[in-house]
Amino acid sequence: MNSITYLEAIREAQAKALKDDPRVYIYGQDVGAFGGAFKATKNLANEFPGRVIDAPISEDAIIGSAIGAAIEGMRPIIEMQFADFSTVGFNQIVNHAAAYFWRTNVPLPIVVRLPSGGTTGSGPFHSQSMEAIYAHYPGLIVMTPATVEDAYSMLIEAVAIDDPVIFCEHKYLYYHLKADKLPSEALPTGKARIARPGRDLTIVTYSAMVHEALAVAEELKTEGYEIEVVDLRSIKPIDTDTVIASVARTGRLLCVGEAWPWGGVTAEVIARVATEAFDLLDAPPQRLNAKDTPIPYHPNLWSVHRPTSRSISDAARKLLQT
Amino acid sequence: MSVVSEAVPINNISREDYLSAFRWMLLARLLDEKMANLYRAGKIFGGVYLGRGQEAVSVAVGMALRKGDVFAPLIRDGAGRLAFGEPILDAIRTCMGSPLGPMRGRDGNVHRGHPREGLLPMLSHLGSMISVVNGILMARRYKGNDGTVGATCLGEGGTSTGAFHEAMNQAAVEKLPLVMLVVDNQYAYSTPTSRQFACASLVDRAIGYGIEGHSLDGTKLDACLGTLQRAVDNARSGKGPQLIVAKLLRLCGHGEHDDASYIDPKLKESPLGCDCMKLAETNILQQQWADETAIASWRTEAVQKIEEAVSIVQREAAPDGYKENWQALASKHLGEVYPEA
Repeated sequence: MNSITYLEAIREAQAKALKDDPRVYIYGQDVGAFGGAFKATKNLANEFPGRVIDAPISEDAIIGSAIGAAIEGMRPIIEMQFADFSTVGFNQIVNHAAAYFWRTNVPLPIVVRLPSGGTTGSGPFHSQSMEAIYAHYPGLIVMTPATVEDAYSMLIEAVAIDDPVIFCEHKYLYYHLKADKLPSEALPTGKARIARPGRDLTIVTYSAMVHEALAVAEELKTEGYEIEVVDLRSIKPIDTDTVIASVARTGRLLCVGEAWPWGGVTAEVIARVATEAFDLLDAPPQRLNAKDTPIPYHPNLWSVHRPTSRSISDAARKLLQT
Repeated sequence: MSVVSEAVPINNISREDYLSAFRWMLLARLLDEKMANLYRAGKIFGGVYLGRGQEAVSVAVGMALRKGDVFAPLIRDGAGRLAFGEPILDAIRTCMGSPLGPMRGRDGNVHRGHPREGLLPMLSHLGSMISVVNGILMARRYKGNDGTVGATCLGEGGTSTGAFHEAMNQAAVEKLPLVMLVVDNQYAYSTPTSRQFACASLVDRAIGYGIEGHSLDGTKLDACLGTLQRAVDNARSGKGPQLIVAKLLRLCGHGEHDDASYIDPKLKESPLGCDCMKLAETNILQQQWADETAIASWRTEAVQKIEEAVSIVQREAAPDGYKENWQALASKHLGEVYPEA
């Protein structure tokens, strides 16, 4: 193939997981013959008969049954149609699946795919970024791939991990992001990636915001600044070492997240740097998140609600001049 | 022990099954009483929840299941657990928080089990166990392992949850060998059935799900044994999910902290308020399947078993928070490390 999209990478990763391991199956709404609301499971029901199964609109029972299947030795991949709807299965995820190994010593290898983040015109209930909420609960791993390569390799790794993994795939990247080919090797989960090296300011971010941050770094280069962009890749665990090493180089930290500000990933990163590496900071660390309101429908509102290269570059300039 | 043997089954229940069920019920009732005493003596950290009045229907589930089946009991299923094969030590160790128990002091009282042996530890969130049983049954079907049944229990209050509806519908769509026992014990904590549901009987919900429903008098051991066995047989033979609704009265508080003063005295005096243990004992004597001396000796034997187990657990060391492995993930290398302040 000449190029592959982020969405196709997710489909390919699932095809590989199904092919390599008979314990893997996919369960979710419209994932069967229809191929999923976004086509992330396109043709998989044909290729793997009986292993890509349509579920009723019952997020609680979907996750609950994945727990049972995992107890029985299976490795379910669950597609939530939108991350936003996972709230209906929230109890099974955070109280049942997340606590299971701690309570019983029985590991639950479940992947819950959450089509996450905003896209034009999606409004309050088809746009949410829920990674911080799930990361709050002990017993879950939360992945937030920003590249086609990571979408592929991290999903394959997620299926192999013996714990419940919340896989936050960004809907905006589904079609926008392309790579020449699928990767043959990858960083392991828990390792952040320096998406762009720099010396004047570190932007720590993840998922779709990595690309906004990279655009800002390119823009500020023309003003003589070298911005380092750290892509967290997984937000639980967070690779604090890579973040601190970057801050050691730049002395300035800006954290960017598409999710809401209160108690989220950006707050966590700043808390870690402030408590573990306060002396490395030349200026107070800053963060930029979505506004503290539900996610708006109209593009004019949405483009101001979430961080964009424009608001990130403003914040970066301010911090560079502090 | 003088036992007069007479092969006259009550509603086709054999003497052997009836007596065996009765002895599990007796053990469960006495174990509950011991736990309540330990609770009052301050030896138990959390709450204690009894199955008083529900032993007959609970034991019927445990007895109808076989080894290899799945059982997800709820809080009043001491009798069913014992009949399914849970050791008394598991119950006592979990209530007292022993690190040698199945939950190692990490979870307590009724939240215990051995998932890989088919006994699932319950979540407090009602209705959430049903879909987990569904998932086990779906996985077994996928692996070609047919012939096992999954059973789970809930009170009438639990049927008001979304989780109950989602999971019952899921089981029906997948035509799973699920046995769902709803024990309508008239109160969900303090809430009477009139504030819980508006249909004439919860068993009518089976029609809505397109599955088979059974209702029964949960105070009568023979009805419980017969109906649960039929439901389990139906599920095992491919007839899909089975909903059983047993009516009775909870003969205790929600937990031992609750004096249950809200229970309508009229209900206590109605047939629903009968104690299934007393009814079963009367039946046994009337049928001359055993005499009072035999029953007294079973009681003594059960008390002895319980006292021995409690004394073992009381000698066990308590868990130590400073030696605990504070790691919630199976993938240790992916655990977060938070520096100590």
